[in-house]
Amino acid sequence: MIMESRLKQVLDQGVFAVTAECGPPKGADPAAILKKADLLKGKVDAVNVTDNQTAIVRMSSLAACALLERSGLDPILQMVVRDRNRIALQSDILGASALGIRTVLCLSGDHQRFGNQPGCVGVFDLDSIQFLQVVKGMRDDGVILDGEPLSKAPDMFIGAAANPFADPLGFRVTRLAKKIRAGADFIQTQCIYNLDRFETWLSMAVDRGLTEQAAILGGLTPLKSAGMARYMKERVSGMDIPDAVIERLAGVPKERQREEGIRICVETIERLKELHGVRGVHIMAIEWEAAVGEIAERAGLLPRPRVPQG
Amino acid sequence: MITAEQKPLDEIREMLAPYRRVLALGCGSCVAECAAGGEKETAALASALRMAARIHGEEILVHEKTVDRQCVREFILPLDDIMGDYDAVLSLGCGAGVQAVADMYPEVPIVPALNTEFLGETKDQGYWVENCVGCGDCMLYYFGGVCPLARCAKQILNGPCGGSVDGRCEVNPDVPCAWQLIIDRLTRLGALDRLERIYPPKNWARKQGSGPRKIVREDQQR
Repeated sequence: MIMESRLKQVLDQGVFAVTAECGPPKGADPAAILKKADLLKGKVDAVNVTDNQTAIVRMSSLAACALLERSGLDPILQMVVRDRNRIALQSDILGASALGIRTVLCLSGDHQRFGNQPGCVGVFDLDSIQFLQVVKGMRDDGVILDGEPLSKAPDMFIGAAANPFADPLGFRVTRLAKKIRAGADFIQTQCIYNLDRFETWLSMAVDRGLTEQAAILGGLTPLKSAGMARYMKERVSGMDIPDAVIERLAGVPKERQREEGIRICVETIERLKELHGVRGVHIMAIEWEAAVGEIAERAGLLPRPRVPQG
Repeated sequence: MITAEQKPLDEIREMLAPYRRVLALGCGSCVAECAAGGEKETAALASALRMAARIHGEEILVHEKTVDRQCVREFILPLDDIMGDYDAVLSLGCGAGVQAVADMYPEVPIVPALNTEFLGETKDQGYWVENCVGCGDCMLYYFGGVCPLARCAKQILNGPCGGSVDGRCEVNPDVPCAWQLIIDRLTRLGALDRLERIYPPKNWARKQGSGPRKIVREDQQR
């Protein structure tokens, strides 16, 4: 049983943290997620488990987190406010803590319109910032929303997402400040391809003292091909991929584009490591978990540190 | 106002199939304004039904009548004199109008001709937009006159989400991002500091806490 969030312990040690992402299967087989998880063992400090991402029905994030925890990984429970009202969200936070899950990422979630249940009700009873505040209140004050006390407070290291590439830029930092004030201990960002824009956002965050109050982990997704890069640029909203990146991928033969994608990713990490205010990286290798270890290795992030608990 | 759109003719004909004598009942208020159930639309629908019946060799008698407000009892009362002449009422009122008539005439089958849509604004000729969810606790002051509950696809009170790009909403790029509008408005009004505050979870009890809502005002009662 993990006693304290491993991500928190790594950050507390002042070590540059590494997290990765694992998507639960569209089915009930636990082996499907454990197989992916095996590829990440020893390569990262913690693994985000997505919550019905892109609004596609999958094995529940909470159940998949429990499976990962039992297999010795430290899961980060992603929770979206799209599908659950405040009763269900708070209830699942208690359940997660009881199961030994110690890290949560509070998100809005992709709109149901993009998924395979477009006729469903989008709940959105809380927004992500309100949800952060609720989890913080549960952990720090031992109360649920509106103040009723809990018999035992949950233990959670609390995370939030930030997209430095969405508009309007100035307000992005205001919103980051709100997320941190609401309760975020750490921040995982949208995938970084446009480093200039990321650095502008980061320096605004540094100026407001935000990077002292929460640990910023830069988000990365290795690109498999120029085609994937083009698709993401055009179809995934809030995704900023400069043409230079696409041209670089397109400039090498198809069979070498994966290698080039990894190279870009490693170079980005090298640059992020130098930036004041970045405390780690979050590598989202979509259906390509095998790439994470290689990227971590080549970026000089291995071995991962041991932690006192867990 | 309340907006609505007419149902497809085939769906209306299917619901009306058991009836021979039908009163097409329009409404002169909101649904007339949005060109769905006013006098003109009622006449057009009645004649479309007669024509379709003729083509299919069916017999149907459709009379038309439009009242000023189908959702107000006083305006429905005059129908007492003619209601006995019909097998069914085809209401071109909004959902509230349909139910007000149904409530007055428990014995008369009622068929809705419209799909009631939303509380909205007439933007332009033939162009209506939703901008109020009737939450029972108006917050428009804080958001510079743009409601995120009605106009943000994720109802975010502390926006904008990461899907706001070039002022458009990721869910539907035809729609402006409500949060971009809020930020623009508050910037112009010099009140952007209102957004530094974390707005707490909405009290939805004001909307749905005790089932359907009612307003009772003794000062208005006789």
